[in-house]
Amino acid sequence: MAKVTFIEASGKQHEVTAQEGQSVMQVAMDNLVPGIVAECGGFANCATCHGYVDDAWLKKIPPPDAAEEGMIECAFHVQPNSRLTCQIKVTPALDGLVVRLPVSQTGE
Amino acid sequence: MNAERHVGDVGVLLGRERNVVAMEERIVIVGAGQAGGELAAGLRKQGYKGRVLLLGDEAHPPYQRPPLSKGFLQGKVALTDLYLKPLATYERFDIELKSGTRVEAIDRAAREVSLGDGSRLAYDKLVLATGGRARPLSLPGLEGARLENLFSVRSISDIEAMRGRFVPGNHLVIVGGGYVGLEVAAVAVQLGLRVTLLEAAPRLLSRVTGPEVSSFIEKLHRERGVELRLSCEVRSLELDEARRQVRGVGFACHGVPERLEADLVLVGIGLIPNTELASAAGLAVDNGIVVDEYACTADPNILAIGDCANQPSAYTGGRIRLESVPNAIEHARVAAATLMGKREPSSAIPWFWSDQYGLKLQMVGLSTGYEQCVTRSSAEGKEFSAFYLKDRRVIAADVIGRPAEFMAARRLVSSRAEVDAARLGDVAVPLASIAA
Repeated sequence: MAKVTFIEASGKQHEVTAQEGQSVMQVAMDNLVPGIVAECGGFANCATCHGYVDDAWLKKIPPPDAAEEGMIECAFHVQPNSRLTCQIKVTPALDGLVVRLPVSQTGE
Repeated sequence: MNAERHVGDVGVLLGRERNVVAMEERIVIVGAGQAGGELAAGLRKQGYKGRVLLLGDEAHPPYQRPPLSKGFLQGKVALTDLYLKPLATYERFDIELKSGTRVEAIDRAAREVSLGDGSRLAYDKLVLATGGRARPLSLPGLEGARLENLFSVRSISDIEAMRGRFVPGNHLVIVGGGYVGLEVAAVAVQLGLRVTLLEAAPRLLSRVTGPEVSSFIEKLHRERGVELRLSCEVRSLELDEARRQVRGVGFACHGVPERLEADLVLVGIGLIPNTELASAAGLAVDNGIVVDEYACTADPNILAIGDCANQPSAYTGGRIRLESVPNAIEHARVAAATLMGKREPSSAIPWFWSDQYGLKLQMVGLSTGYEQCVTRSSAEGKEFSAFYLKDRRVIAADVIGRPAEFMAARRLVSSRAEVDAARLGDVAVPLASIAA
């Protein structure tokens, strides 16, 4: 069990409990967090689960593979700390993880 | 009208008539597939305070269908991993999920639906998210036969029934060279089955892609041992004496009659939208339940979303019925907004994906009416992209094995920018720079 905080583009925060082994995307889906669409259901096909991971946490997560990196590069509102949340697995080391969500997934 | 305000109005009304039992507004969603589940969740995300009832005729909560013909069939994805959300989530967010519940009819005047067990359920707003069912083979002599080794891919139970026959050496005959047929073919040859695929058109995926991509996909499957028969028309199924098993398939390729022995047969020839409830209730149906850009039918209290709905499309300028997960999610978003008293039509561009032999096939836009196809391919021919141009603009793209290029292709299609076909076809020019 780990706590994960999602911060919507509007600033609204959602602190939720994650199960170990889940993807960060799935944690958001299970807790009805707005701002993660996840159209492809976690198969790295769409980049609609894009999130920003703070640098301190990025170091505790395996780096993106070439496919994820390439998709991120061409996604919307990209920052240096952009990741596909479907590709990040929750581990005990990620307890307290904070993920900010881009404005591009708000449906506007 | 804003739903919260609506609930408030009822409260004011009740204040005047104190003996009336307090009533909450109820939204009843028929169909607990991806669209229905997404809508229920979306309403809560947007702060909807009334009751949300989600009715599904299967025994499962809303689940992902795309892995059915891929990872789930292969045994790599567990049943509970198909579920879009755990059951606890529905409870926690007060979504009344009623599985195993079939809706038999809609009484529009009374604003009630009748259920399979004979009971009736009142609604304030009704949303039809009834999806579709696999189109069956229509052949003379099959009426009334219950065939144990004839399958389609639509639900968890379809795959569960089929898996026991996915034994190395068994001969699988697939009818239909669309996504379902090709995905199952890929899994089957990887599991050691012998696979013959029969397609009526002269090429694979003929309804959704251009000849260049069809050839690439054809080669992909042939190289891995799938026997492909094109321009083939299935004429008969040979049954055993008990009429319980298919023993062989009779067909004609380019008009020449042939037959094949089969241990199992898969039919993947499209989907029939489930529109019967809507038709019986007098709602307009024309290749799907007819809705406006806000997902509303002509009845102000009934909406329809997802695979079963025929909607106006900002992208094509005409009407469209889409069978895809992204459409189910987007259409649920539009309906949630409508039910919350907002008006937010969709401007989304259709997109689809498939996965065969671990290779991603990603498609954006609809290529209907294209004038020119520009392709990009690596020297080894392992990756492939096709861009469909009309008036020098990219209206659609198929990208195989290059996820980053797919993201750039989406931008090209959505921006409708003019492109230089020579640069577009030059694999040395990064696609992102063409999109810029």
